[in-house]
Amino acid sequence: MDFIKTSLVKTGVMLIELNRPEKHNALNNATLKQLVDVLQDLQRDQSIKTVVITGNETCFAAGADLKELAALDVVTIQQDQRPLLWKHIDEFSKPIIMAINGFAFGAGFELALHGDIVLTGENAQFALPEIGLGMLPGAGGTQRLARLVGQQLAMRWAMTGERISAALALQHGISSQICPSALTVQYAIELAEKIAKQAPLAIRVIKQSLKSIHEVTLSQGLKQERQHFVWLTATQDRKEGIDAFFEKRKPEFRGV
Amino acid sequence: MDYQTIIVEEKNAVGYLTFNRPKQLNSFNETMHHEVSQTLKVWAKDSNIRAVVISAEGRGFCAGQDLADRVVDPNADAPDLGVSIEKYYNPLIKLITEMQKPVICAVNGVAAGAGANIALACDIVLAAKSASFIQAFCRLGLVPDSGGTWFLPRLVGRAQAMGLAILGDKIPAEKAEQLGMIWQSVADEQLKAEAEKLAEHLATQPTYGLSLIKKAIHAAADNSLDDQLILERDLQRLAGRSSDYKEGVQAFMQKRSPEFKGC
Repeated sequence: MDFIKTSLVKTGVMLIELNRPEKHNALNNATLKQLVDVLQDLQRDQSIKTVVITGNETCFAAGADLKELAALDVVTIQQDQRPLLWKHIDEFSKPIIMAINGFAFGAGFELALHGDIVLTGENAQFALPEIGLGMLPGAGGTQRLARLVGQQLAMRWAMTGERISAALALQHGISSQICPSALTVQYAIELAEKIAKQAPLAIRVIKQSLKSIHEVTLSQGLKQERQHFVWLTATQDRKEGIDAFFEKRKPEFRGV
Repeated sequence: MDYQTIIVEEKNAVGYLTFNRPKQLNSFNETMHHEVSQTLKVWAKDSNIRAVVISAEGRGFCAGQDLADRVVDPNADAPDLGVSIEKYYNPLIKLITEMQKPVICAVNGVAAGAGANIALACDIVLAAKSASFIQAFCRLGLVPDSGGTWFLPRLVGRAQAMGLAILGDKIPAEKAEQLGMIWQSVADEQLKAEAEKLAEHLATQPTYGLSLIKKAIHAAADNSLDDQLILERDLQRLAGRSSDYKEGVQAFMQKRSPEFKGC
């Protein structure tokens, strides 16, 4: 079964569509595994610069697959492959743009939180409904969300399962733009294309640098940022960028 | 479908919802809330219905909340009026304002309290000359609800809105038209026909495009010019992809009347 559809929508931009509409794109192990497999292929593919992940116009992704969850006991859950799968998504080094229409619940919300840039449609709704099942979010839902929006709101949302509208998500930095739902994917692709034209090595260290903000102290972060800055001076793309600026032409970056 | 409090009719792609509790001046009780909301929800999703007309039977349009439906024993605990607003009135106003097709209101008589504001939530309000609007809330120590405090200042400006809301005067249809509160006042005997004519016309129009216009006009109330310009770009993008736009352009080139489908 193909739970994931991929299409090369622009030069350097791969669109990944979650495609399990009959299950509201619930992220069962097979879907998550396919997503990781696709991302690992794209990681190696030099021609791909950015990735857009989306669901469909009414649903990004409902939570995990409850039947799979129900089958796990405290012993078998120790061998659960999901933590490793999430780790692979987290470690994908190219920019991931999330284009979110409709529901992003539970694991769907947590997948959204793995995006480097999130665009939503007006109809987007986020929630962590795990509490209603006597559980807690298990893939960063408390950790990533709290680091993004603060402990206060994360506490409230994780404890109540309240729905978070697109406007509220924008207000608190879960997304950076609200689009008419029919245009979310188009605008995400346009953004991805813009980023795909930038110097790939610079984009890569920007992602690393920003993803590390919750791991390191400010002084360590500043040191790392400086190291990246120095390291980029060794790249040809940096020279191309500066040359193009002075020659008043568009730079042509090659990822070297 | 049998209704106790409303009359529902579908004709020539127009949905007619008529309040039908004339003895109570069409004031809302719970049954009426359920029936109205159910009907509007069905039409919101029905692409065969391309315009909606809300009107009423009898001498009044709607007197708002049916007070007989509420406990008003002065010795009882204070009622929580927020409950019925949250459960019924607010969703009703959103159903009307978010309906992706034109909603016409034909105000046949007095529209008081929530009844006035339900009318003001509609896209085009026609009122019979003998009809009137009353923001009656202030007389009981209440606050205009059902969007009244939002619609009024946007329709008539702050000075008039404040006066209307804190005086609770009865505003005849012609005055309401002069103030810009409603689209038009018409002769009593023509109200029904005018509303029907307007609705039937709109139902033949590119109603998807009209729904985008409605969205833009509502959004303008909160947006900066910059935001609104961006929204117009977005909506025009969507409109340009509609089959109605294609049909409109083709019909123009071929010098014939367009046949719009609302998509």
